[in-house]
Amino acid sequence: MGLLSLAIWMPIAFGVVLLAFGRDSQARAVRWLALVGSIASFLVTLPLYSGFALGTSAMQFVEKASWIERFNVHYHLGVDGISLWLVLLTAFINVIVVIAGWEVITRKVNQYMAAFMILSGLMIGVFSALDGILFYVFFEATLIPMYLIIGIWGGPNKIYAAFKFFLYTLLGSLLMLIALIYLYVTSGGSFDILTWHKLPLSGSVQTLLFFAFFSAFAVKVPMWPVHTWLPDVHVEAPTGGSAVLAAIMLKLGAYGFLRFSMPIAPDAAREWGMFIIVLSLVAVVYVGLVAMIQQDMKKLVAYSSVAHMGFVTLGFFIFNPLGVSGGIVQMIAHGFVSAAMFLSIGVLYDRVHSREIASYGGVVNTMPKFAAFALFFAMANCGLPGTAGFVGEWMVILGAVKFNFWIGLLSASALIFGAAYTLWMFKRVYLGPVANDDVKDLTDINGREFLMLALLAAAVLYMGVYPKPFTDVMDTSVIDLLKHVALSKLP
Amino acid sequence: MMDNSSWMTVYPEIVLLVMACVIALADLFVKSPKRNATYALTLLSLGGVAWLHAMYADAGQTLYGFGRLVVSDPMGHWLRCFATIAVMVTLVYSRPYAADRDMLRGGELFSLSMFALLGMSFMISGQNFIVIYLGLELLTLSSYALVALRRDHTQATEAAMKYFVLGAMASGFLLYGMSMMYGATGSLELSAVLKAISSGQVNHQVLVFGLVFIVSGLAFKIGAVPFHMWIPDVYQGAPTAATLLIGGAPKLAAFAIMIRLLVEGLLPLAFDWQQMLSVLAIGSLLIGNLAAIAQTNLKRMLAYSTIAQMGFVLLGFVAGVINGETTLAANAYSSAMFYMVGYVLTTLASFGVIMLLARQGFESEEITDLAGLNHRSPLYAGVMAICLFSLAGIPPMVGFYAKLAVLQSLIASGQGFYIGLAIFAVLMSLIGAFYYLRVVKVMYFDEPVTATTVAAHTDVRVVLSLNGLLVLVLGVVPGALMALCADAVVRMLAV
Repeated sequence: MGLLSLAIWMPIAFGVVLLAFGRDSQARAVRWLALVGSIASFLVTLPLYSGFALGTSAMQFVEKASWIERFNVHYHLGVDGISLWLVLLTAFINVIVVIAGWEVITRKVNQYMAAFMILSGLMIGVFSALDGILFYVFFEATLIPMYLIIGIWGGPNKIYAAFKFFLYTLLGSLLMLIALIYLYVTSGGSFDILTWHKLPLSGSVQTLLFFAFFSAFAVKVPMWPVHTWLPDVHVEAPTGGSAVLAAIMLKLGAYGFLRFSMPIAPDAAREWGMFIIVLSLVAVVYVGLVAMIQQDMKKLVAYSSVAHMGFVTLGFFIFNPLGVSGGIVQMIAHGFVSAAMFLSIGVLYDRVHSREIASYGGVVNTMPKFAAFALFFAMANCGLPGTAGFVGEWMVILGAVKFNFWIGLLSASALIFGAAYTLWMFKRVYLGPVANDDVKDLTDINGREFLMLALLAAAVLYMGVYPKPFTDVMDTSVIDLLKHVALSKLP
Repeated sequence: MMDNSSWMTVYPEIVLLVMACVIALADLFVKSPKRNATYALTLLSLGGVAWLHAMYADAGQTLYGFGRLVVSDPMGHWLRCFATIAVMVTLVYSRPYAADRDMLRGGELFSLSMFALLGMSFMISGQNFIVIYLGLELLTLSSYALVALRRDHTQATEAAMKYFVLGAMASGFLLYGMSMMYGATGSLELSAVLKAISSGQVNHQVLVFGLVFIVSGLAFKIGAVPFHMWIPDVYQGAPTAATLLIGGAPKLAAFAIMIRLLVEGLLPLAFDWQQMLSVLAIGSLLIGNLAAIAQTNLKRMLAYSTIAQMGFVLLGFVAGVINGETTLAANAYSSAMFYMVGYVLTTLASFGVIMLLARQGFESEEITDLAGLNHRSPLYAGVMAICLFSLAGIPPMVGFYAKLAVLQSLIASGQGFYIGLAIFAVLMSLIGAFYYLRVVKVMYFDEPVTATTVAAHTDVRVVLSLNGLLVLVLGVVPGALMALCADAVVRMLAV
């Protein structure tokens, strides 16, 4: 069994074992098994990085076996510089989420842990699938555990959120399914994504395919104006669910643009690039402003996620290496930072059971250690140099300025909004005198919470100070992707 | 003409018939209220029959018997093998349910099921209008009796009445259509009909006139809009055991008669019947999915969902012949077959759970009766959830690949109309996802209203778990079943 298969199936196997044998009466054993499983699943992804050959854009760690002969579908896996870090990120966040749910979840612990383990395996599958159907199966299957996570362990309005999440994202991906089948038929019976990259397609077909993929990925990212599901879902999802949703699931969409939309329909991508850029700028600027007026912390971070993902899509569609690499770096950085932001909110929510900014004030007085972490993550969220948040945004802005000065200027203004809403929230929640009795009774974070936040802080700091390991890996793949996109595929 | 090979083609049916009679007689001497001996003997006989069919199918030969009255081909044997297994599984789920409802006073449940299966077998293997019709009548007459088995129950009696009247009308339609075909072509035998139509010597108007009746009759039987009215009432009114006997295995037989009549007999009229089936499919997808949303009764909801699912199966039939070319026929019809097999498998498990949850004097057929099932029994909630996701077409369940195969057959045609149909179908399955998800929501997100634990006999528990697992496993490795369907259909078309 190859490394990628192991990375996919190991967490799923642990999840199945948890489902089959876990009982709430043995919650302790269930938690430890989940932790062991998630750590082991993370460790098996490390050799992917150490064994990754730089300087080539070819797929690595390739596994290929026939899966459904009738439709020439293959179990075809591989990673390149674009997907490698996303695989590692997924496995890493899974460990954090298991730690985050440790004492918080008391009902159906085994199902909770299993859902996250299975979800993690499925998402790694999305990032490493090189066959259209395999990709689609993983992509869609992620909906099931997430639906259950939101619905079972979510907040008061969880039912609405779970349905909105499922149906909204399903609508987009069903159109993608049609596109996949169309490509299969046009390519003479192949579901191989890399074959599709080379397939000549006429302009109108490319446009239709581009928008079919767009419908799936834009909803997932989510891009303005189809982002409305995200705040509702984030608010109701349990902390772990929000963290995985923001950190990984949104990236499935952005990744799809790089793997499908741009290389399969390059002419349409160039033709409609400006359209995506405009939507991204709206997300960056307008949604940034919307975030500013939120009363609910989770909603604020959700809107901030939309704005940050706007940077990612903006970077992709300005078609220069800085922009695309910046977009990918931003995806990874946002993975760490948004997870940390949601987990921080979770820490407060577990104690006070409120997400309203107004319910807090002066938390720093009672939770100094936690406030330090929160400040650090807030800084990372507004893109302070030295944190992970800075690198990606800076690269995208540089790329954008090269592309067009005004677009660069507009996107740079988002940094100001980002700083404004993040720091204003920080001020209202953490600074000032102790606001009420709830805050007075707060106890500082325990060892488990410290560990989980420290791991994320370390990752954010490392990536901010020394982003070279991240950018080195993706350089060649990004440059080759752009070369590919620059060539016309018109027959 | 009546050589030995003729008998070989119906050998499994002979075994089935003999055992059905033996069981009907032997049951007179069974005293146990749960009919253990009858039950064991039935399962044993059916197991043997299923094994025989699998052996025949595996041999891969196509033989005709009794002067082309029946055929023994891999497609027919596989369908009969699956139908037999489906009836076995149905009986396993039904026995405790029936015992609680005074339906096991005699062994009719078992012998009637076997006669129904015999009817299905001849529908599947028939090569002659009359044989197919007789098979259909044997199946439906047994089904009427099964629905009415709970004779002092008003709803069930009403359902039986409705089923009988409408079913008889549908049979009349079919028979009338067949007689038109006979009149036009001078033959009752499918291959001769095909030859006569291909020759172009036959009056096209008469053929299309007859075809309309045949298609209407078939649409009645599978429950496609606008001939679907009986489905919700009968599904809801019949005892769940009978519902499953109607809604499970016979669907495979219904698929078979569509293949036999429309493809093996009337393929030259494909242009006409493809149009009719397209209309039926659009109606079924639309009405089935929209009406299912409004249902609060789980059985009724599943009835509308069946209508919608049948719409998808019909889509598998519409893109077989493009501009007179049959190159895509195998692709299209095998996708419909795969869809049907996957659908029956899923239906078995979902009705199995409904029957399991029913207790003495309590039907558990409202959607709200499933509230909090995950707390009461994670296993059965899991089985039901897998089935619902499969029906909604979410991977990695078998239902997804079924939809994939059908959509692929539509898009492969390259015709704008069919690609439009594919897009319409996926949008409808989005609506479908809503009401399936609602049941998942009730099971997983709502609090249980009753703390009763779910108890099941060992046989039910094992079979139901395997059934649910199979829906998932066939989703992870669907290749073998797909290849089987494709191979069977290719061989059928090659003859």
